[in-house]
Amino acid sequence: MSDEVQVTVTVNGRRREARLEPRRLLVDYLRHDLGLTGAHIGCEQGVCGACTVLLDGRTARSCLHFAVAVDGSDIRTVEDLADLDELHPIQEMFHQKHALQCGFCTPGFLLTTVELLERTADPDEAAIREALMNNVCRCTGYANIVDAVAEAAVELRRRSPT
Amino acid sequence: MKPAPFSFVAPESLDEVVSALAEHGDDARILAGGQSLVPLMNLRLARPEVLVSINRCHELDYIRRADDRLVVGALVRQIDAETSPLVRAECPLLAAALPHVGLPATRNRGTVCGSLAHCDPLAELPAVALALEAELVLTSAAGERRVPAHDFFVTDMTTCIEPGEVVSAVAFSRQDPSERSALHEVSNGGHAFPVGGVALRWASADGVCTMARIAAFGVGSVAQRLVDAENALVGSDLGSEAIAAAVAAARAAVNPTGDIHADADYRRHLVGVLLERGLLEGEAP
Repeated sequence: MSDEVQVTVTVNGRRREARLEPRRLLVDYLRHDLGLTGAHIGCEQGVCGACTVLLDGRTARSCLHFAVAVDGSDIRTVEDLADLDELHPIQEMFHQKHALQCGFCTPGFLLTTVELLERTADPDEAAIREALMNNVCRCTGYANIVDAVAEAAVELRRRSPT
Repeated sequence: MKPAPFSFVAPESLDEVVSALAEHGDDARILAGGQSLVPLMNLRLARPEVLVSINRCHELDYIRRADDRLVVGALVRQIDAETSPLVRAECPLLAAALPHVGLPATRNRGTVCGSLAHCDPLAELPAVALALEAELVLTSAAGERRVPAHDFFVTDMTTCIEPGEVVSAVAFSRQDPSERSALHEVSNGGHAFPVGGVALRWASADGVCTMARIAAFGVGSVAQRLVDAENALVGSDLGSEAIAAAVAAARAAVNPTGDIHADADYRRHLVGVLLERGLLEGEAP
């Protein structure tokens, strides 16, 4: 039983191969095998969103996927956002707007925001709040996160006018 | 917690999936999006010996018209059904329900058929399947059988799927363009799981209701068609008296239980409120 399975995925642009036990959760593969500890383990049952990654461009709970079941996928984690010393504009706005306190949930919120702003360049507050349902924050009360996402949308539109 | 060990196969065709199921029988579970199954495995409330992933079976990723039906394959993710122009045109009730299902991130991976097979009493899609008189397509090594939704959902987390069978598709009735439909639910603080809800569709001609299909969820051990409420509407003028009769029939038909989110009386009351709201505010064709 539970023989190891060959897996090939692309993580943050880099091809990765591994032989894994089927029960290895994607989040554990990222954290323990690849050292990408930005995806946090909160509830491990899909409720909190701290482990959010982008799986083929869409937000996904990395605690609710077995790594062997996403063979062939493209995965992006929070580590892929910043460009060396320069924060991603979404990260910069979270910083400026005080959209985090303890920061445990922040990687998930950032990736949810990436997905939202890739789908909708100019979301209204209702659309922002709907997208942010993906993630739980126990510190901020969300108001500053909503502000940061709105400001990040403005900044991203300014940088790449259509 | 982490899941118990299991072995994993990921066939590339439906034929291979049913062969794997035939080989492993009761020990095997299907893995589609996994957004309901994996939490149960992480909590060790489910401990399948073998997971048969259908995520490579691209032949099951389709939405198409077939006669009076809209057929949704087993690999169609909820987000793709939600944004499908075909779903919006042919089954507006399904399109209206999908944004209520789970959370954006779980809809990105969860499938329409998976939610039906999981049969959570709080889930929206089983009620939609009842209101749209869906047929579930169950495929096994022995062939295929089609089961009406009202026979498919048995009770809490229990369907009529036999060992060796997979839900390979669901065939919803295509809605007539003149129909109206709605889905209303109440949840605490935007929480993903509703306290209760109602899915309904109806049609009228010359001021007389000619058809009504109503199903409730969260107010019993399984999603439920409310036939007495439907009968109170059909032939009526859909005026306040008819709506009151349907509301009373709906409340009489359900058998909710109480929990931390709402007591039984609240849920019984709620089903009537949501039915009335649906009838008054249902989306025009």
